[in-house]
Amino acid sequence: MSEITNLLIVGVGGQGVILASAILAQAAMETGHDTKQSEVHGMSQRGGTVSSHVRFGEKVWSPMVPEGETQVMLAFERAEALRAAHLLAPGGVAIVNRQSIIPPIASGKKFAYPEDPIGDLRRRVEQVIEIDALEECRKLGNEKMVSVLLLGALSAQLDFDGAIWEKVIRSRVPKGTEGGNLAAFANGAELATAAVAAR
Amino acid sequence: MEASQKPDEKLRYLLSGNEAVALGCREAGVHLGAGYPGTPSTEILETIAKMVPEMYVQWSPNEKVGLEVAAGAAFSGARALSTQKHVGLNVAADPLMTLSYTGIEGGLLIVTADDPELHSSQNEQDNRHYARFAKLPMIEPSDSQEAKDFIAAGMDISEEFDTPVLYRMTTRISHSKGIVKAGEIQKHEIGGFKKNPLKYVMVPGHARTRHVFVEERMDKLRAFAETSPLNRIEWGDRKIGVISAGAAYVQAREKLPEASFLKLGISYPLPLEKVREFARGVEQLIVIEELDPFIEEQLGTAGIDCEGKSITGLLGELTPGRLGRGLKREGLLESSTEIAESAEVIPRPPVLCPGCPHRGVFFELKKQRGNVFGDIGCYTLGALPPLNAMDTCLDMGASISNAIGASKVSDGKKPVFATIGDGTFLHSGMTGLLDAVYNKANITVIILDNRITAMTGGQEHPSTGHTLMGEEAFDVDLEGIVRALGVTHVENPINDDLESVRAAIEAAEKHEGVSVIIAEAPCALMPFKIKDPPYTIVEDACTGCRLCLQTGCPSISLTGSMTAEGRQRAVIDTETCTGCGLCPQTCGDHAITLLNAEVTA
Repeated sequence: MSEITNLLIVGVGGQGVILASAILAQAAMETGHDTKQSEVHGMSQRGGTVSSHVRFGEKVWSPMVPEGETQVMLAFERAEALRAAHLLAPGGVAIVNRQSIIPPIASGKKFAYPEDPIGDLRRRVEQVIEIDALEECRKLGNEKMVSVLLLGALSAQLDFDGAIWEKVIRSRVPKGTEGGNLAAFANGAELATAAVAAR
Repeated sequence: MEASQKPDEKLRYLLSGNEAVALGCREAGVHLGAGYPGTPSTEILETIAKMVPEMYVQWSPNEKVGLEVAAGAAFSGARALSTQKHVGLNVAADPLMTLSYTGIEGGLLIVTADDPELHSSQNEQDNRHYARFAKLPMIEPSDSQEAKDFIAAGMDISEEFDTPVLYRMTTRISHSKGIVKAGEIQKHEIGGFKKNPLKYVMVPGHARTRHVFVEERMDKLRAFAETSPLNRIEWGDRKIGVISAGAAYVQAREKLPEASFLKLGISYPLPLEKVREFARGVEQLIVIEELDPFIEEQLGTAGIDCEGKSITGLLGELTPGRLGRGLKREGLLESSTEIAESAEVIPRPPVLCPGCPHRGVFFELKKQRGNVFGDIGCYTLGALPPLNAMDTCLDMGASISNAIGASKVSDGKKPVFATIGDGTFLHSGMTGLLDAVYNKANITVIILDNRITAMTGGQEHPSTGHTLMGEEAFDVDLEGIVRALGVTHVENPINDDLESVRAAIEAAEKHEGVSVIIAEAPCALMPFKIKDPPYTIVEDACTGCRLCLQTGCPSISLTGSMTAEGRQRAVIDTETCTGCGLCPQTCGDHAITLLNAEVTA
């Protein structure tokens, strides 16, 4: 089988999963790869789970990442990281935003939000990179750049050209926020690289 | 074709299937598109409205109207497109069945966007059956490039054979992106309507002769399918031969990279001679298709031996995992990736948004302990805990009609309610309400009027004041319609005032006969995101009683500190709170206050 890179981005509706995967897929295409991207977002605006598959390589047939063959998962939310953990390939990397979004259903008696989702994740996945994207964005002065910062963390796992990232990010983020978003992207990449080096 | 514009060879786009259909319409010189929003079809007409200014597109109040509008354009020699989700084609099935008889003048493509796995639907019906039922050809693209290219091919088939063409997408095709190369842009003149009663006036005498035409056309289409480049054989290893179409094809290609394939772009009628040629060339023939054994059964009838549903099953989307496991089970694949058990994680069902104007209505409606017949839209989420305020959801417009039937056989102990959104009311609720008045039902209808088609992402409709193409439009008066249909008791509560809502429901329910409550307030997300000053919970005042949680607002969570009695306090997320002011009205302890008020206090 040809070499295909399989990436998965998961989170909760409204977090920016769709934006991050759109930038990622566009960058993959502009790098010269055959690229497919697929997401299920029918009810995501209503607080549901969102997941987006991005695949690239010489020839990609299916737009869906086969279960158990995800090389890198980027999770915007901790419980969603745990929910998708089984989709990672052996030796796959999980990049996890420390944010928790507790669904209203947790207020009932039947379901509880996991007490330590990242701990549970670490028991399943060897390579976990934690990023506190909201806190990092606060430091940079804009909480709305979480999506691009996390994408920066993912970019450290890929070998796309920096100029391509910059061009695609500039074309996709709101006017006037380009500089801030590029700084957030660079920050995310640095944090992820440092986290890998520290291990 | 009058003229064409050569494509720029370098132009490559990353497009979803729906965006690709829009580009295909541009390249095929399509003149008009009409439809009703429905996931996963909605973005087709939206993209055309934004990106293809040379085309006229519109939202119709329902799919039947949309298809009839498109048919009228096609009768008049224009190239036309009709779009809907799979269940929308049920609504449009009446014109569909007879359009097969009339045929067209300009090309007519009818998009049905099916939803295997029910990502956002009430069933997962397989609309390939409509092709056989209506005796129409069906085209199925497998990726974005084909979703674009097959539009022009479909238009040509439509015009050559004088037939509407069904164009089947599925969620995975509509919402997946792939690389698309631009093509030639064709220009077509609109021929104009030519009177031809034998063809267009379907009275029995005329229709009988058209039925003969339909059967002859099927024979011609069968012959065409044998040689059309849309159906192609890709020879590989001869041990396994796969017949597949649509989204299933790319899954099968990936799982069985060595196998031979008969790839069907025209999934009806089948090219049976080509299938026989293919079957002769391989040791084992298998059919990989999603949902029903549509191809497999036709091969069985034709006496062609194959395996199919024993591999793929009848349910849901054909994911790589499902296909891999099925192939392995049948000995067609040596290994499929073993995956770990998934972790048990709290589910995250969709919920009404913070600030949703429907929340207060459901909060009060639940207290009435009536039977509530529901409908299709965002407000269907009112059926979920903790609101639990709706008891049925069948199809667009069913709420009012269901309520009539229920009221006619009711023992009168429980009030009968119908809840329906503004878009759904205009789609197919008005006839139900007319029926209720005419047949003297004793029901209360609540129109949850948020002035937009919200669930599908905020589309315009006849009471939003704008058209799909952004023009200002006549803004229909819902109360005017309701009164014109004969309703005399109409209530207009203030949605975010629970007392007002309660009083309206009680007064309407007491009214003998049909009463209507028009609960009007704009959607919190569309067309403008509403963000008023947020509320917060004063920690010391909160007793952990959980009453506010009964609103089901996603901004409120039980994550606060413990009270002395060991009850956990609630917390409001001030980032997502829209300041609708509903939860303070539920708080007996008056612990909920404006965030700024607390700061200044």
